[in-house]
Amino acid sequence: MATVQLFVTCLVDAFAPQVGEAVVDLLERLGLTVEFPFGQTCCGQPAFNAGFRDEARRMAVHTLEVLDATEGMIVLPSGSCADMVIRHIPDLVADDPDLSEAAQRVAARTREFTSFLVDDLDVTDVEATGAGSCTLHHSCHGLRNLGVKSQPERLLDNVQGMDRVELADATECCGFGGLFALEMPDVSIAMLDRKLDNIEASGADTIVGGDISCLLHIAGGLHRRGSSIEVRHIAEILAKR
Amino acid sequence: MTSFLERARSDIGTPPIAALQIGARRFSDHRAHAVEAFPPMDDMRDRARAIRLHTLANLDRYLAQFADALEGVGGHVFFAADAHEANEYVVQLAHARNVERIVKSKSMLTEELHLNDALEAEGMEVVETDLGELIVQLANDRPSHIIAPVLHKTRFEIGTLFEEKLGVPYTDDPIQLNTIARRHLRPLFLTADMGISGVNIAVAQTGSICIVTNEGNGRLTTTAPRIHVAMLGAERLVPSIGDMSVILEVLARSATGQKLSVYTNVLTGPRRPGEPDGPDELHVVIVDNGRSKVLAGPSSEILACIRCGACLNVCPVYRTVGGHAYGSTYPGPVGSVLTPALFDLDEWSDLPYASTLCGACLEVCPVRIDIPRLLLDQRNLSVQTRTGPMWMRRPLRAYAGAATHPGRFRALLRAGAVIGRLFRTGWIRRLPWRGAAWTRGRDLQAPVKSFHRRWKERNRGS
Repeated sequence: MATVQLFVTCLVDAFAPQVGEAVVDLLERLGLTVEFPFGQTCCGQPAFNAGFRDEARRMAVHTLEVLDATEGMIVLPSGSCADMVIRHIPDLVADDPDLSEAAQRVAARTREFTSFLVDDLDVTDVEATGAGSCTLHHSCHGLRNLGVKSQPERLLDNVQGMDRVELADATECCGFGGLFALEMPDVSIAMLDRKLDNIEASGADTIVGGDISCLLHIAGGLHRRGSSIEVRHIAEILAKR
Repeated sequence: MTSFLERARSDIGTPPIAALQIGARRFSDHRAHAVEAFPPMDDMRDRARAIRLHTLANLDRYLAQFADALEGVGGHVFFAADAHEANEYVVQLAHARNVERIVKSKSMLTEELHLNDALEAEGMEVVETDLGELIVQLANDRPSHIIAPVLHKTRFEIGTLFEEKLGVPYTDDPIQLNTIARRHLRPLFLTADMGISGVNIAVAQTGSICIVTNEGNGRLTTTAPRIHVAMLGAERLVPSIGDMSVILEVLARSATGQKLSVYTNVLTGPRRPGEPDGPDELHVVIVDNGRSKVLAGPSSEILACIRCGACLNVCPVYRTVGGHAYGSTYPGPVGSVLTPALFDLDEWSDLPYASTLCGACLEVCPVRIDIPRLLLDQRNLSVQTRTGPMWMRRPLRAYAGAATHPGRFRALLRAGAVIGRLFRTGWIRRLPWRGAAWTRGRDLQAPVKSFHRRWKERNRGS
């Protein structure tokens, strides 16, 4: 059976390892062999987005070295990190022919988790079961740069026992934006407040997303509000039987 | 000068922002419907983009062609290198022709140049005739949006303003407010010596200028007074009338969701002998004011902008802070690129950071300007010139050091998990130093035992 490489991303690694485990469980259930390149660290996106390209490039080159030494598809439970690997890392190393080739190879093998399931494996029902109701927040980079929208929707709609309700302005940014949250805190918090109001108004008991960065932001805001709404990465929902 | 954040802070959550949010949403909803109802839109955007990029790549040639064609039909052309030269030309012309009263239609370029101030300092009366601009002028305010200058004002505020400044009984009925403005402006159009307009699109082949409005004030401004001065940003050209029609197809749809604006005036030269109306003299001031510098630099693509304002309407940051927080003439995503590129990156280095890079602007741009990429490029430039957020450098360098040495990275994760265990609830409510910016409005989940370690345990060290 096919082997896939798991790139968990640094935020999942440090803050939400259960997301990585959910991805492994689900992919193994679908008959795949999951490998975890142990040298992986961070794709460099935080530095890249903040304008620190030298630092970003060093991390990107490391990521390329680790991933290019593996085989099979590379799956990331994050649209924004997948976007970094697929679109930005090739730009960052374009000046170096060898690295550039490696970046193209790696980019061609890299997929965001839900688009891997739906577009590559052609699976829309992973035989997951759940309870209650959920609503879906679309993370910007996956949504607009990689076209990830219908994939998570279809996967969630096929979860037995769980209802998906619409989220007002589901495609509007939650205000995280990496270091934007620290650089422009008042603006970021005002944007988050709007997102949280919409989540609360949806009536769902779980907010689901495909990117742990946005979810950390949303979870932090909900916790500050004392809300009981649960925050889950889509892999956690789909892995449950 | 204050920073974007300071300006934003004083605006967030205020009634003007609430008004602006409603207006911006209405525009973006209208745009979405208009695009859906016009299947060729995607092709049209590609064509518009190609036309604009082609023009920019051959700008010198098209500017010369435009100037020749315009002079051929009796118009005057003046190339102004900067704001001072542009304003000086208009001031001198007004003096030479004994101009006392000037009517103006809406033009972002004249805002950029502070032309009104220059004319008023010379004792001339300048009257804004676009309803929004008139309100801005009466209120001593600044525009907050590219196409809707008073998006931040409610009709109730406008009612009060008109009552105070124009001496009319209070009303907040939009139709009556319009009527009041019209009655106020009509005699001024008829007694003005000079009309000043902007230019939406200039056509190189014919020397024509195209002015798009929804109120008809542009038509009066450009044809009633004896002198018409059109202020043209040096980049706002297309090669031919056919190209202009492509731009018009995407302009109004992107701006307001209209198929076409109510008035589309194409003017070619001053009034000819025997024609009943039009100005005796037409002057087109072609303004550089930093545009050549932008064209030669890494942000040149931003000059393809046709000023529809669609990127503002969908930008979650703009919708949160409004247009004044951007501190310059051009707000929103386009302004965050254009302002530092046109003027001084030192002074405006925080604008490229006033974005989450969500990409909504690129999604709607009628000429597909990759604004997120341009913002990223400018951030990089501001780091290279050390005008960006340099406090990030040390932490990011340290992080990059760990992330390029897997052993160190895993040690960092372990350290994080150890610290995380100190927080019994699993949540951090207060962070020190820069982290305080996070915990001002959000809690942070404490780091836990990493995936690396869990994988190692699960797979016995593979």
